[in-house]
Amino acid sequence: MKKLLALVAALGFATSAWAGQIQLTGAGSTFIYPAITKWFEAYDSIDPNVQFNYQAIGSGAGIKEITDKIVDFGGTDGPMTEGQMAAAPGKIYHIPLVMGAEAIAYNIPGVGPGLKFTPDVLAGIWLGEITNWNDPKITAQNPGVNLPNMPIIVAHRSDGSGTTFIFTHYLSSVSPEWSSKVGFSTSVSWPVGLGGKGNQGVSGILTQNPGSIGYVELAYAIQNKIPYGVVENSSGNFVEPTVEATSEAASGVPIPADFRASIVNSSNPKAYPICGFSWMLIYKNMAGEGAKGKALVDFAKWAVTDGQKISAQLDYAPLPSDLIAKIMKTLDKISY
Amino acid sequence: MSRHDTSDLIFRRVLAAFPITVLIIVAGIFFELVYSSLPSLHKFGIGFLYHSIWNPVEENFGALPFIYGTCVTSLVALLLAIPIGVGAAIYLVEYAPVKVSRVISTLVDLLAAIPSVIYGLWGIFVLVPFMRNVVQPFLGKYFGFLPLFQGPNYGIGMLAASVMLAIIIVPFIISVSREVIAAVPFVYKESAYALGATRWEALSNIVLSYGKAGILGAVILALGRAIGEVMAVTMIIGNDPKIALSLFSPGYTLASVIANEFAEADFPMYLSALIEIALVLFLVAIIVNILARLLIWSVTGAQSAEAVK
Repeated sequence: MKKLLALVAALGFATSAWAGQIQLTGAGSTFIYPAITKWFEAYDSIDPNVQFNYQAIGSGAGIKEITDKIVDFGGTDGPMTEGQMAAAPGKIYHIPLVMGAEAIAYNIPGVGPGLKFTPDVLAGIWLGEITNWNDPKITAQNPGVNLPNMPIIVAHRSDGSGTTFIFTHYLSSVSPEWSSKVGFSTSVSWPVGLGGKGNQGVSGILTQNPGSIGYVELAYAIQNKIPYGVVENSSGNFVEPTVEATSEAASGVPIPADFRASIVNSSNPKAYPICGFSWMLIYKNMAGEGAKGKALVDFAKWAVTDGQKISAQLDYAPLPSDLIAKIMKTLDKISY
Repeated sequence: MSRHDTSDLIFRRVLAAFPITVLIIVAGIFFELVYSSLPSLHKFGIGFLYHSIWNPVEENFGALPFIYGTCVTSLVALLLAIPIGVGAAIYLVEYAPVKVSRVISTLVDLLAAIPSVIYGLWGIFVLVPFMRNVVQPFLGKYFGFLPLFQGPNYGIGMLAASVMLAIIIVPFIISVSREVIAAVPFVYKESAYALGATRWEALSNIVLSYGKAGILGAVILALGRAIGEVMAVTMIIGNDPKIALSLFSPGYTLASVIANEFAEADFPMYLSALIEIALVLFLVAIIVNILARLLIWSVTGAQSAEAVK
């Protein structure tokens, strides 16, 4: 279906030249791709004159293409660094489009969903310091759960991804040891574990290895009914990863004016701690791009408001309303 | 026809342009790989080849685990695939009834045409559980004294990747070996029989000896495929850049790391290191090909090696 839509978009591109339509091209994040495709489809009834073409080639590549002005907008799950911002030919805005979370999924024989994890335990497992499921650090938080004497098999993403960026960013923010030994990026040097390609690869490792644990996109875990645990947030509450708890992470907390914020380990007591934004990258100055600037801003405004209901159907967490107001003000600053 | 016939001359010139195109493409690839990996070449120097740390966060890169993984998986795959491939080819040409031979040959060609991502999916859902539940426990139990078959059994790992590669390259070996064996002139075989040779003697002395160069050619083709295979391997090898002796442990290959990390490599040095990995892969492929060709020469003498080309 996605392929088909992409094909339709491509055909649209081919025919737009003579129809006098506005052609907007984008590239980047694969995480946002299903949402953005669905938006394009729905937006056709709002403004049929705008044609889209989005290539899901990865956040890193998306940043490169918007910097080189090959595309009209980029999509990324990790914010651009100061160096990357400086290398761009103009000021780039980060517009949050949706939010996503990572679920801690596991496969322990005899143990159901809802196992409790503290930040220390998660960091310990991925650092390779906690190696057995009956470790006192795990059992202490889970009285009544019969945790077996079984080695822990750690799984992670092998492909560079925003999912890994958010997860390692979370570990870096809760564990000084992780921060100094490993750090965060779309790919890191993992102390332990097996690498699976994509959510599919990680869940493949999980289903086939008793005693395994891994992180997968929440939407993927929900849609594939993968059992996952609850994680202790910065206020000491154990929170289940839900779409609502993800949205809470960006609600009522200070967010910098440029939105290049990490919302892992949010201070909101209701928030699930392992989550992040997916951003659209747009140049502040779109003058000289013809009708494209206005079309792009209109689309972005629609995506962060009405579009949120559509992306929520795909289990993307909607942006909280207090944040949407701020985003709309930023979008108004774009000149075209 | 005159030697100076113009049409003939034009035809020859036009034909000559095609192999030159191939040369230009190879040179172009080589140039681009070297040029784009210059920052990495400068920073890491020759150490890139023997350092075993791959850390994108600290921008510290070494290719050894990937070189190791590529060589080990390709080699084990060849060890598994050569007996099966050559044996099957001999059976299909020499023993099987024509109908059976035709059906199996068609199936083999079909196997060769399956995209590797499909092999990879099959690997995750069928091969890996089979390795974990049947093959690896068996090897661990009876051959566990060898360091090759020790350590935790995940199913995923270098052995699973090697078996997968063997399955992928077997059709190539069968297809080419079949043609080579079928091309052995009947007169030779009949002469052997006339001298009182048994079927086995005729096969081993005449057919295999005549087809040796061709079969080695098939093996080289298969090896090239194994070294460059990406998707199927990436999906089941475990993608862990560490060097472990045990075939049960996860590994990583040159082609896999490029496929995994290229799209998200957003820093110039990172990108450059990945392109240098591609350069290493390119050189490994060339070196293996040269070694294989030398092997053919030593086995068959230079003359019949010409036939392989």
